[in-house]
Amino acid sequence: MKKKSILLNIFALLFGSLILISCSKESSEIIDFNKEYNKINGGSLINAMAGEPSNLIAMIAGDSASSQIAGNIFNSLIKYDENLNYAPDIAASWEISNNQKTITFNLKKNLKWADGKPLTSSDVLFTWQLITNPNTRTPYASDYQLVKNASAPDPLTFKVTYETSYAPALDTWSSLHILPKHILRDEDINNTFFSRKPTGSSYYKLGSWVNGQQVTLEANDKSISGVPLIKKLISRIIPDTSSQFLELTADNIDLMNINPIQYQRVFPARKDLRRKIELYKELGNGYTYLGFNLKKEPFNDIRVRQALNYAIDKDEVIKGVLLGLGEPISSPYKPGTRWNNPNLTPYPYKPSKALQLLKEAGFKENKDGLLTKNGNPLKFEIITNQNKQREMTAVVIQKRLQEIGVEVSIRVIEWASFVNRFIKTGDFDVVVLGWSLSLDPDQYNIWHSSQQGPGQFNFLGYSNKKVDKLLELGRKELNISKRERIYHKFSKYLLEDSPIVYLYAGYGLSAVHKRVKGIKNPAPPAGIYHNNYDWFVPEPLRRNEISIR
Amino acid sequence: MTSYLIKRILWMIPMLIGISLVSFFIMHLAPGDVTSSEASFNPKASEESRQKLRELYNLDKPVIIQYSLWLKRIVQLDFGNSFASHQRPVLWEQKDKSGNITKGLIQESLPITLMINLLGISIIFSISIFLGTLSAVRQNTWVDRSITLFVFIGFAIPGFWLALLLMYWTGVSNQWLPISGLHSLGYQNLSNFGQFIDLLKHLILPVTISSLSGLAGISLYVRNGMLEILHQDFIITARSKGLKENNVVFVHALKNAILPLITIVGLSIPGLIGGSVIAESIFAIPGMGKLFYDSVLMRDFPVIMGILTIGSFLTLIGNLLADIGYAWADPRVRKGLVK
Repeated sequence: MKKKSILLNIFALLFGSLILISCSKESSEIIDFNKEYNKINGGSLINAMAGEPSNLIAMIAGDSASSQIAGNIFNSLIKYDENLNYAPDIAASWEISNNQKTITFNLKKNLKWADGKPLTSSDVLFTWQLITNPNTRTPYASDYQLVKNASAPDPLTFKVTYETSYAPALDTWSSLHILPKHILRDEDINNTFFSRKPTGSSYYKLGSWVNGQQVTLEANDKSISGVPLIKKLISRIIPDTSSQFLELTADNIDLMNINPIQYQRVFPARKDLRRKIELYKELGNGYTYLGFNLKKEPFNDIRVRQALNYAIDKDEVIKGVLLGLGEPISSPYKPGTRWNNPNLTPYPYKPSKALQLLKEAGFKENKDGLLTKNGNPLKFEIITNQNKQREMTAVVIQKRLQEIGVEVSIRVIEWASFVNRFIKTGDFDVVVLGWSLSLDPDQYNIWHSSQQGPGQFNFLGYSNKKVDKLLELGRKELNISKRERIYHKFSKYLLEDSPIVYLYAGYGLSAVHKRVKGIKNPAPPAGIYHNNYDWFVPEPLRRNEISIR
Repeated sequence: MTSYLIKRILWMIPMLIGISLVSFFIMHLAPGDVTSSEASFNPKASEESRQKLRELYNLDKPVIIQYSLWLKRIVQLDFGNSFASHQRPVLWEQKDKSGNITKGLIQESLPITLMINLLGISIIFSISIFLGTLSAVRQNTWVDRSITLFVFIGFAIPGFWLALLLMYWTGVSNQWLPISGLHSLGYQNLSNFGQFIDLLKHLILPVTISSLSGLAGISLYVRNGMLEILHQDFIITARSKGLKENNVVFVHALKNAILPLITIVGLSIPGLIGGSVIAESIFAIPGMGKLFYDSVLMRDFPVIMGILTIGSFLTLIGNLLADIGYAWADPRVRKGLVK
């Protein structure tokens, strides 16, 4: 007994002193980060990345770290502006022919690569040839293979003709980074120095890359989009988010992505952090759903699916899992954009309605309070991959479904096993997964009944003739208002059929040091990074530049 | 002795083949391959392109054929290139026709991990031998008990938790040490000495954390070995000869007590190249642990096999060195008196 208390005392002393020491330091400098400053050139920004970029040629790479860095180096023909409308990038303008099959891009004049060589339509043509070349190891070729004929009749014109009109075409040209022909002509695109030492045309060029540690981008003074204000973007690779957070609080980095707990609990409680760090939220690019295996009993019954949809409280999931930092959705499109059908609302939380529908579908309550049909209880397994938010979501759902007498078990599986062992084989009941809220409304690959083969993306087995028709139509229609009507209708059918329960679209949360000015708050639909060329760091707030160089 | 050595070394070849065969098959038992990464679960990526990639990497062939292809390359010491989209060489740098050098994955990660582990092991051994001897000499006193308590706390404390606490204390509230990474941002501008100091500062926390858990095992090992020796007849003889106590303990006893450590050093050689995933992630150190972990998640077979092959090779070498070292240090073994 006595020994124990001595031990306890030692512990108390140890940790007491730790806490004392950690609290004793007062910050001496008083800089007002909230003051207004004029735009100014120069300075640097250090951000944290969880993963290292793999390959800066976007058509080969698939990871988000690569596309984040490459997006600062390369341009596409066109881009999305801050309200997610198409805007000029390399192309100054573009025309769509009357039969909707040919698109002509007119390039801006006097464009230059970072090495000073001219950027012309032959580079664009070269890039198209590269991505459609069967020897190029790209997963994204299929969209570009639909082009029947591509040509560069003069240095400022690039023309593509499709077999049949293809509505997502502009979106595909907004995501294809144009690569320099004069450097890559004789290179093997699959294995080239260029993937780690690229020459681009956009705001920044690669300064240095220390493997596993940091990637430094420097302002490209020949940039075709204008010269950015911040001279240097340094991305430090820090896999652990807690370490990132410590680096942020110690002023060693300026920017990181944070999680809902940090946003809602840590920052509000820490006055010292709020003084120097600004928080931003923007609607993310993905949504999380509960998907039913539609080929399996009882999920082939629409009443069961709708009942389960009524039985899940989406607001509760958003509050519990995201601490309120998300939005309920009722179509696979970003709320607030034109493709989202504003007349649709999510299924409300109505357990009584759920029970009624399940009884119509033939389920009865047995003496233990479980729902059964022909003696078989209504029970299934939710599987998901190792993703904390998805796991927690499944737990919240499990509890709500238990209340109406549905027995749910949860299984969490490592990603590659998850896809190969369960998704590809169709050997699952219900999944919690996510899809992106794509900017182009085309959802053919996910919902068309022809896309159910192994490895294809309609793995839930959804098939509805009316939806098939709309998806086919929507792919061909380039007229935006007509297209909008098509996808509003599609969303309506999809919501009624309830092959998935839309759970939430979460916010992307970032913490940025207040020395970085010019960030739009609230974030525009395209997100805060959209105008990062216009961010600036006022001179009095800069770090000691000598130590960074 | 020489014929024994040659026999041992020749035996390593079938052992290595056996090990690689087993690892290769176990690796292929896990579902999925490099085409099933989370990033490729993207409606814009078609199944045909994934199939094409599988064919390119021979992943569509039976495992035994894949293994023989791998073996054929490895006997020429060609560890191949990673399946990841960077396609970097697994082991050593390659030069392309225009003279650009791409560094190998193991080539870059191994020195970092080796450095940390060598530092860690030398700290563990020097502190443990000291602590172990001290607690044996002062057996059952408060010194002995508090040492035991200390090393067990070090053993039991979750490393990642202590790491974060220390990072906060030394890095955020006091700014004595850098928090993560290997170099400061201005590293290139420092003098050689400055670079060395900078690196050292970055290594203090990771090495401390990785040594702390190793103290308990070795120091208790030394303590028990010491106690056993201190009760033997020759120690009584030495004391009765009138030798100073320091001489008895450090010359006569300690030399014998640390003999078994040679085996432990030998066995820890393969551990030298395996980093800790958790420590490397927290401290943002691009070492072997993270490399191996990421390649397992990605099903990057050439990298997995490269690390396993080098690891098993080093294990066999370590065993051999331990045996030789033992024979060298202990005349009884050398003369075949004990096995």
